[in-house]
Amino acid sequence: MTSGTGATTTSRLGRVAPAGPNASVTTRARLNEWLDRQSRQLFIAPAVIIILIFSVFPTIASLVLAFSNIRLRAGSYQVQFVGLRNFRKQFFGTEQFHFLGTFTSISLLGWIVTIASAASLIWWLYRYAKRDFTILGFIGRLITASMGFGLALLFSATLFSGNPFGTLGVTIFYVIVGCTIQFLIGLGLAVLCAQPIKGRTFFRVVFFIPLMITPIGIGYSFRMLADTTKGPFSPIWQWIGLGDFGWANHAWTARLFIVIGDSWQWIPFIFVILLAALENVSRDQVEAGQVDGASGWQVFKEITWPQIAPVAATVMLIRIIEAFKLVDLPNIMTSGGPGIATESMTLHSFFAWRALNLGDSAAIAYLLLFVTVVLCVSFFNLLVLKRLRPA
Amino acid sequence: MYHVGKVLSPLLLGAMAMAGVAASGPAAAQKMYDGVTVRIMTRPGPVIAQRLVERGKEFTEMTGAKIEVAEVPFAELFQKLLTDWATGTNSIDVGVFASSWAPEYVDAGLLQDLTDYVAKDTKIEINDIAPFFREYNQKVGGKTYLITVDGDFQMVYYRKDILDQMGLKPPRTWDEYHAVAAATDGKDLNGDGTPDFGSCMFKKRNAQSYFAIMSIAAAYVQTQGTSEGMFFDPATMKPLVNNEAWAEAFKIYKKNGEYGPPDELNHDIGDTRALVTTGRCALAIDWGDIGPLSLDPGGEAIKNKMGATVMMGTKKVLDKATGKLVDCDATRCPHAIDGINYSPFAAFGGWTGGINAKADDKVKQAGYDFLSYMNQAAQSNVDVTIGWTGYNPYRNSQLDNLEPWIKAGFTEESAKNYLGAIKDSLNNPNMASDLKIPGTAEYQGVVLDRELARFLAGEITAEEAVANVETGWEEITERFGRDEQKNLYKASLGITN
Repeated sequence: MTSGTGATTTSRLGRVAPAGPNASVTTRARLNEWLDRQSRQLFIAPAVIIILIFSVFPTIASLVLAFSNIRLRAGSYQVQFVGLRNFRKQFFGTEQFHFLGTFTSISLLGWIVTIASAASLIWWLYRYAKRDFTILGFIGRLITASMGFGLALLFSATLFSGNPFGTLGVTIFYVIVGCTIQFLIGLGLAVLCAQPIKGRTFFRVVFFIPLMITPIGIGYSFRMLADTTKGPFSPIWQWIGLGDFGWANHAWTARLFIVIGDSWQWIPFIFVILLAALENVSRDQVEAGQVDGASGWQVFKEITWPQIAPVAATVMLIRIIEAFKLVDLPNIMTSGGPGIATESMTLHSFFAWRALNLGDSAAIAYLLLFVTVVLCVSFFNLLVLKRLRPA
Repeated sequence: MYHVGKVLSPLLLGAMAMAGVAASGPAAAQKMYDGVTVRIMTRPGPVIAQRLVERGKEFTEMTGAKIEVAEVPFAELFQKLLTDWATGTNSIDVGVFASSWAPEYVDAGLLQDLTDYVAKDTKIEINDIAPFFREYNQKVGGKTYLITVDGDFQMVYYRKDILDQMGLKPPRTWDEYHAVAAATDGKDLNGDGTPDFGSCMFKKRNAQSYFAIMSIAAAYVQTQGTSEGMFFDPATMKPLVNNEAWAEAFKIYKKNGEYGPPDELNHDIGDTRALVTTGRCALAIDWGDIGPLSLDPGGEAIKNKMGATVMMGTKKVLDKATGKLVDCDATRCPHAIDGINYSPFAAFGGWTGGINAKADDKVKQAGYDFLSYMNQAAQSNVDVTIGWTGYNPYRNSQLDNLEPWIKAGFTEESAKNYLGAIKDSLNNPNMASDLKIPGTAEYQGVVLDRELARFLAGEITAEEAVANVETGWEEITERFGRDEQKNLYKASLGITN
């Protein structure tokens, strides 16, 4: 089972073994040695197999669905390959208004935003090409820039031109506005609860509770709370003069209303992780800064923030990925209305799936996956890693 | 071993003795479906599901068949049943669902043809079931696939006491409806000191709003009788939606909101009923449920104060050649009453039971017998008088016999008014059938519902909305196959040529 006759022997496994007594290792010993070397892979194999079955296989199957028209029949399926039709419909066909938005003409503000975005992105790419150019890095940035320009153009043609945007724009709104609010409030609460104040354990528990409530419960609770006609808070709405105001009648208040519900649920997640990070910040450094006369803001900026930044980046990445998948709250609170104003991409996909239009549903899900991956990878590579890497 | 034997022996003897008694007992003690379990899936209770559970216990007592009721959210019921049966999982033997979904199940070969079961059934009294439900609701392509447990169509309800006080007559057309709504809006209708609403209509997206718009559109579109249909041209399968009739229906629906609660755009049927039963609405659209709900605990504010009338009619109807609205005349509106064309819309069609074609034969028979038991007059004539069951009348005997209604709490006058409105609807030869072809959930629940929501939100005009609906419906028709859809649509309307 060995090859070579010189001073060294090469085993079947490619390991170079010294000649002499070691050359006569038994098959069993070699097997043991191989098992030792492969133990890491063997131990993770069950997990990998489970992921393949329950995650990778459905991902591939849904990719097939995205290019097909499927009808269920008794004990079988009728599959018709339709190429890119399900995707084309979202960008250029009858579902364009639903996915991207309604386009008429771009306003002056829209043109300014578009041109400014294009110029910034070109400058950004040019600067990268001049300073630290690598092929892979450039391709990555090109994808990010294309996505960024696409989104700028989308919002220029819709939001800045007085046209309604579709489920892609709504999803981006939930991600950017929702995550920003949640991060700022979560961080603020964490900073407060990290102070040596009375009853902070109580507040920690109270602030954490919303995370443990099912999103469906939160959806119904917020819908009930904001019901101006007959909800338990109806007398209060009447008293403050908002009894005739329907939150869900207006696109922006309805979106904001959902962001508030979503924030109520997710602020505790950011709070609890940032609190843990804050409690690991070296007290010595903080006290040294204070002794040197640094203000509270300076201590936070120069000492605390650099130490919690990696954790903050990670928690935001997780939160952003989750925010892209927001579905429960808009489904329960507004059913995506008024019109399609609060419909996220996941809800868009869910509605298509529920009507058994599996092709459209899968196509939207893949578009969401693409947007999520590009934006999250860009966020981490360009914003987080760049700051975490030592200069 | 000795001890075990000593203990077991008397038990064994006892068991044998009991077995002997059982074996020698009367044959009646053996029930015909002992050991059979019928697994039913429907929407969550108490509406619809709870009565199935309660009647199921009675059925088990009588026949031995165990009735298990699984409840899933309404929005998922259609596809849960379809996937369970189509993928061969077959964990469900009987589905209780909207009759309008049946063509898709039948088309896929998933539903058992019940024609022979009904023919052999001596207890169902099939001719007592109102003709619309018997001939359109239970049948697909001339064969009976469904058994009705609930008769659904929409009517207009009005506060009789308020209209009487104000000297107003129940409305017959949408103009009259708006006049009554305007007159009553802002008045305190339930005496709690707060202003109430002239009209209440559910308008939430992804709920029941698309049923209301079809109810409004029906009288504008359909004039020649049920077999005319209101959704497509049966000859070409071109949608009949991009026209002035549907655009007018959209506008009327929006205008009703001017007299409604401020957050009506986010109200589903549950929200609207909560307002109606607490006496806050002068007018409302609903299925038959408001009558029995007014008798339930919680309906005291409107008990014997609600009047019901057939869905609003119109003096202008669609000219299909031009897509314009034209005046009714004897030719255009042969079923008109006082020059007003009515077309009560069988929204949703009602809850019906269908049996999995792949179920075991004995389970099929037990499942059918249970559905028949639910449908038989002895049971259903009581069930339809109870609001929370969600069951509305569908048998002639339920409409002719006032006694159960008076026993349930109606005054004779209220019972006559409520049942009279139902009879007027059911006996109207121009009653509009709900869409019953494959893809119905997508035609209505996705495309029509979405465009209606966009119009109500002010994103698009009524004309743009109906044009978009036409485009969306054409796309679905092409995907399912135009000829196939055309034949099924014609079959659903009873057109055989």
